[in-house]
Amino acid sequence: MSSSTAPVEVDRPVGKDVSETDRPWLVIVWNDPINLMSYVTFVFQKLFGYSLEKATTLMLQVHQQGKAVVSSGGREKAEFDTYRLHAHGLWATMEHLS
Amino acid sequence: MRRFAPRVKRTRRGDYELRLPGEERELLRSLPGQLRQAMPTDDAGVGRLFPPAFKDDPERDAEYRRMVHDDLMAEHLQALQVMEETIDARRLSEEQLTSWLGALNDLRLVLGTRLNVTEETYQEEMDPEAPDTRAYGLFFYLGWLEEQIVEALASGGG
Repeated sequence: MSSSTAPVEVDRPVGKDVSETDRPWLVIVWNDPINLMSYVTFVFQKLFGYSLEKATTLMLQVHQQGKAVVSSGGREKAEFDTYRLHAHGLWATMEHLS
Repeated sequence: MRRFAPRVKRTRRGDYELRLPGEERELLRSLPGQLRQAMPTDDAGVGRLFPPAFKDDPERDAEYRRMVHDDLMAEHLQALQVMEETIDARRLSEEQLTSWLGALNDLRLVLGTRLNVTEETYQEEMDPEAPDTRAYGLFFYLGWLEEQIVEALASGGG
């Protein structure tokens, strides 16, 4: 199955690039040497409503692997999440799923 | 095992006692104002508070920055202002303590960036004669205090 990468046939806005509109955006948090591990966990819980377990897993992934995808969705949602992470001092970027 | 008196304690009423010795309040007092004054400058430390949203797309990143810059600035300034106004408080609401957390984290990010803090910094022995010793001391103190605030807020279950 390759349905996860094949765009679904729906009415598309004329003139818009399909790959641009259909693929979700990923919000990525990058490791940095200053933010406290406990703080990062706390922020994930607060912003996304994640359980302590899930927030800790994501924090450790950031810490040990250098980055983690913490949320995904449409462009506006991803932008909003990125903004909130920035407001909390976390190093977040967003990118298209490829 | 704790060998010090906790600086932050959640009360039964759901607010927080701030048990800071006088010398620590004096140490903290001028910091929010100092950071506020540095905010409009192109100080490298302050730049850390306005990170890029798009890694390899300068055009989109510039657009994002234009869109959020004022709101982001306002959020940082608001936290600094709350910390400044409540620097002598013995009790803080959850909202106020959350602002303290934001302000302290911003202060650590700016100071740590200026000091070029890396993962190794936490392992290194401090040279008491080094010119940056006081700044490192402040950096570690801010982290120590922040850790306790996170713990207190997390124990509140909210």
